[in-house]
Amino acid sequence: MRLAQHMSVASDRVRSTVIEATEFPELSRAYQVMGVPKVVINDRVRFEGAVPERDFLGAVLQAVETS
Amino acid sequence: MTPVPILTERDQAAVRKEFERISGKVKLVAFSQELTAADRCRQNEQLVREVAALSAQITVEVLNLAIDRERAEAYGIDQVPAIVVEGARDYGLRFYGVPLGYEFSNLIDSIIVASTGVPALSEDTLASLRALASDVDIKVFSTPT
Repeated sequence: MRLAQHMSVASDRVRSTVIEATEFPELSRAYQVMGVPKVVINDRVRFEGAVPERDFLGAVLQAVETS
Repeated sequence: MTPVPILTERDQAAVRKEFERISGKVKLVAFSQELTAADRCRQNEQLVREVAALSAQITVEVLNLAIDRERAEAYGIDQVPAIVVEGARDYGLRFYGVPLGYEFSNLIDSIIVASTGVPALSEDTLASLRALASDVDIKVFSTPT
């Protein structure tokens, strides 16, 4: 999921953390990771699987609006 | 004793080719903590050093989560093993766990985009990101394979 990293470089507001789910079972449980890739934005907006750039951006904006 | 290399010669050649796109300095900051995950932290440090050896533009710093607490806090790191990828400034690029398999290419791509500071995103996306008024934390859960 490279969109997250590129968004981090594009904006100082954005931080991205890639987490190896199998190495961090507690974190994975906390965020109910059943399949990967799973993206969690501001602990609120969550989705699984690769999505197009426009949809990823939509999720980011949704997370900011509901924060 | 010299550890067995993680990257094969073929891997190294492929990464060197990718690294031809590096256009600025990059620092990889690896966080370890022997008591928590000694083997994985050692593997992570080794991977970071092997990657850094493939470009003169990449430097490595290894910190200890328990000792270098202020640095860890400043980076927002609270798990090990971890890697921070810094370019001209800290863009907020973090990896938790040893980025092998699919995530290895993600690490390489992050190094390159951190070196250029030029993200591969559409103008619309860039405009929306420039207009962000609050912070965004993106966690991407992945697996090594």
